[in-house]
Formats: sequence, C-alpha cells, structure tokens
Amino acid sequence: MSMHARDKPAVQVAKPIALHTVTIVIGAFVLIPILYGVLGGFKTNQQLSTNPIGLPDPWVPSNYTDVLASGSFWLQLWNSVFIAVATTVITVGVAALAAFVFARFAFRGRELVFTIFASGLMFPFAVAILPLFILLRFFGLLNNPLGVILPQAAFGLALTIIILRQFFRSIPGEIEEAAILDGCTPFGFFWRILLPMARPALATVSVLAMVSSWNNFMLPLVVFNDPGLWTLPVGVQQFQGQFSADTARILAYVVLAMVPALAFYSIAERQLIGGLTAGATKG
Amino acid sequence: MTSPPAPPRVRSRHATASSPRDPAAAGESPAARRRRNWVTIILFLLPAIVLFGLLVLAPIALAMYSSFFKWNGFGLVPTNFIGFENFTRMLNDKIVIGDLWRGLSLIGFSLLIQLPLSLAIALLLNQKMRGRAVYRLIFFAPYVLSEVITAVLFTMILSPGRGLANELLGLIGISESTFLSEPDTVMYALFIVMTWKYFGFHMILYLAGRQSIPNELIEAAQIDGAGAWKTFRHVTLPLLGPTIRITIFLSVIYTVQLFDLVYVLTGGGPVHASETLGVTMYEFGFRRFQVGYASAISVVMFLLSLIFALGYQRFVMRRDTEGAITNMRAAR
Repeated sequence: MSMHARDKPAVQVAKPIALHTVTIVIGAFVLIPILYGVLGGFKTNQQLSTNPIGLPDPWVPSNYTDVLASGSFWLQLWNSVFIAVATTVITVGVAALAAFVFARFAFRGRELVFTIFASGLMFPFAVAILPLFILLRFFGLLNNPLGVILPQAAFGLALTIIILRQFFRSIPGEIEEAAILDGCTPFGFFWRILLPMARPALATVSVLAMVSSWNNFMLPLVVFNDPGLWTLPVGVQQFQGQFSADTARILAYVVLAMVPALAFYSIAERQLIGGLTAGATKG
Repeated sequence: MTSPPAPPRVRSRHATASSPRDPAAAGESPAARRRRNWVTIILFLLPAIVLFGLLVLAPIALAMYSSFFKWNGFGLVPTNFIGFENFTRMLNDKIVIGDLWRGLSLIGFSLLIQLPLSLAIALLLNQKMRGRAVYRLIFFAPYVLSEVITAVLFTMILSPGRGLANELLGLIGISESTFLSEPDTVMYALFIVMTWKYFGFHMILYLAGRQSIPNELIEAAQIDGAGAWKTFRHVTLPLLGPTIRITIFLSVIYTVQLFDLVYVLTGGGPVHASETLGVTMYEFGFRRFQVGYASAISVVMFLLSLIFALGYQRFVMRRDTEGAITNMRAAR
C-alpha cells in the first residue's frame, strides 16, 4: 500500500482490465451453458457428437419448429401461465386481507397467529407432499388444476403476509383516521385506499408468487397424471425421459421453456430482486 | 380525502399496529365497537386460516401422525401403529444416513466455496465499472430458471458423448469423464450446478447489504490508512454480518429440502451417491408405497429445518432481525 502514489497510473489502467477480465470469465461460466443449449438446438444429434462447441453447420431449425408445432409445448405453457396467475391472485388476495388485520388491528393473540403463519416459511412442499397428496386425493383434487393452485397459494401465504404487513404498517394512521371520518368501513379503507397505495408491494409479492408457481415441480408432478394438465417443468422432465436419445431436440425444448421465464425476468427484474431482498431480510 | 385532522376520540378506533397490547377501543362505546372489530378481524382472517390450516398445517400434522404407522397410503389415515419403528429403521438405513452426510457436505461446500465466491463477486460488482448493470443482470439470470430446466440442461452438458463439459475439459487436456454416472464425481457435478444456479441470488443479497453500508465508513477507514484487505476485514465484513448470516441460513434450509435439482439431474444415483432426504422420501412414498416410512423421513426433514431455524434465530441472528420467531417471545 505504500507504493500507492508511484503506481497510480499503472493501477488505473490495470485495475479496470483485471475487473473486466474476472467478470467476463464469470459471465462466460453463466452464459456458456445457455449458449450451448441455444446452439445445440440448431444442430443435429450427429453434429452435436462431432462438434459440441462450435456453431451449427448447417443450421437446423427443425428441432425448434417441431417443438413449436407440437401442441403439447403450447398446452404446457398455457397450463403454467394459468396456474401461476390463479395462484398469484389467490395468494395475494387472501394474504392481503390477513396482512391488513395483522398490520392495523390490535387484538389478543395477534402475534401468536401471525407467528404461526410466518413459520409457514419453514414448511416446504417436500415435507408436506405425501400427506398433501393424500388429502388432495380425499378431496378429489388429483388431476385438477385446483389441486396445485390451492396448496401453492397456501404455501405462499407466509412470505406474502410478512412482506405486506410490513408495508401496510408503514402507511400513516392519519390516512386511516381521515378515511374512517369520511365514513369508510374497514373494508372500504382496505379496498379503496390501502390497496391502491400498496401497489409497489403488491407488485413485488405478485412477482414472487408467480415465479415460485412457475418453477414448482414436485406438486404438479404428483398431482397431475394427465399429460393435458402438465406444466412446463413437468413437461420438460417428461420430454427428457421420452426422447432421452434425442439430445438436440431436448435442448430445443429446454431453451424454448426458458424463454418465458427470462422474458418475465427482464420485465419484472426490479420487483423480483426487490422482493427477494425484502423477503430474505424480513423473513 | 379532504378531512381535517382527526379528533383524538376517533384515533383509538383501530389502534395502529405498533402497540399490540392497546385495547382496541379506548374511550367510546366500547362493547359494540369491539364486537364489530372482531367480526372484521375474523372475516378478514378466515380465508387465510382455512387455506393455511387445511393445506399447510393439516398435512404436516398428518405427516407426523402417519410417521408412527406402517402404511401403504390407502385411505385417509393409517391404522397399523408401530411406534417409533420407522425412526429406528432410519438409524440403520444406509441411504438415509448417507443423505444426511451428503447434505452436510453440500452445506460445507456452500459455506466454504459458494457463499465466499458470491460475496467476492458482489464486492467486485460494487466497484465502479462499465457495464456493471449488465453483468448483474446476467449473473442473476440462472436463478430465474426453474431447477428442472437447469437440471435437464446440465444433464445434456455433462453427458459423455455430446456434452459440453468433456469437450471443454478435453481442450485443457483432461480426459473424458461421465460426471453424473460416477459415484466419485457426481456430488461435485451437483455442487457446480447448484453454484451456477444460485451464486447470483446470494450475490444480489450481498450487493443489497453492501449498498446499505454508508460509503463514508469505508472512506474513513481508507483515510485512516487501512488497505483494501484491512478495510474489508474490519469494516465491510462485520457490517455485512446480518446479510451473511441470512444467506447461510437460506443455504442450509435449502439444502435440507433439496429435491427438484437432484431428482431430475441424477435421480439420486448412481447407486444413491447423490441422493438427498427429499429424493429418498419421494422414492419410498410414491414409488414403493411405504408411506409411513416416507412420512418419518419428511418429519426428520421438518425437524432438522425447524431445530436449525429456531437455534439459528435464537443464537446467531438474534441481534439482526426482529424475526417472526423472536416476536413471539415479545408477545408472550
């Protein structure tokens, strides 16, 4: 460190170069697998064997077009979207009502009830999957989208309630008093004033609920036997099993299945990252 | 919203959050108002309680209950009570014991390699440099892909014939390996895939933590003559403490519950060499219909998470957060 002054010009050049070199290496570690998938989808299997790394020669679009032309990809995409949206609406709706009560009413046992909900953060699907399966079978919800939507919503409540309560608490009491003075019922205040004010927080928790539904695998795997109900993760996994020798086609399928998630990420990056950091620090 | 400042008598109608012990209505027409408040509270909480009770708490309770039975999973509740037999069986089950060791080694890898790496990258990206936002976007991208997609992609990459990994290793003179089908290498492969997918997530948390440290503190240290390492060691690192403790927590909990990635990437194989508790539980529960035994495994997963979470909150994170669990003590 004593050489600081003398070395300065050299350091000023060397440092950015070193920085960029390191970040580019890490970037390559992240991107090369994805790139391999994208390019691999444009190859034939024979090309993949002889030339796994280079550019396709010739470019073969048929893997992609075959997948896109098959109904099952679109059906799975639709199932994933439908289940994610329904899960999100239910999770956020139910959690917002509860978070409102936890944030703005005082009653005996409030913290205890809240803690029970919050502890739901520690109950993953993996722990509950077997009895959940048995319960869903009992209710006749196997092979029914609700059999995935409702448990997902239930398991999403914990995080959503925690984040929303935090936000609802931060809205000044004067606003509520004014609304009540103007004759608002509690529900009126909640619906017409609190929710519109909480839009950023709602966006955050919606994005989180959406992503976790989108990525869920275990639950749809055991609940849906019927291929017509499969979501993308289940579809991808089954596709791999079915065409295990056809690497190029699997790569095309995987790459296409990535597109919606990456597109969503590019749109909702801020909410996603904001939500994850909030969830991690407040959970 | 054109109302004048509220007169004091209205304020107490909904006591605002911060004081849980406040009586709901102090001052005016208490009984009726309180009853109306209770109706609101119950109506608003009801959907959440029903959903949570029926689909989260009840399954967990059922799992605990059925872990004491020998049960093939037919019907709603088991009948053949066998006490702790499922649990004692686990003690002698090489696969389950192996699951625990593998979990521990994954946790070790994560804490010693993955998290420090993520921290280093976060501090790197905290420097002033061109294209920083783009790098951050790219590094985080794998996190948004589902574990299944990640696993299928890497099955292809790590496969012997057409895979990318062997080809790249061949370039630097390392001979062909079938990473996923060799017991010796499969855990390393799994760990690399985990790192690929999750380092960006930890990086984002560290970045957020770093950005909440005022730069004045770092500058003050530098003015006082602390070099880069000393500044990091004595200023940045301690101030990142809460974030680091949270990432450790998330890492451990995640590993205890790991399923998707392993199930799709290796199925737990070869010969159980990469199996986790989640995979073992799935195998027994959904393949072999030993639901009682599988429930016992899931109860162990649950207890491991719970004990770790409570202990960790109590002893490690106590100063950092008023977490949900610490709040409970306050309320009592």
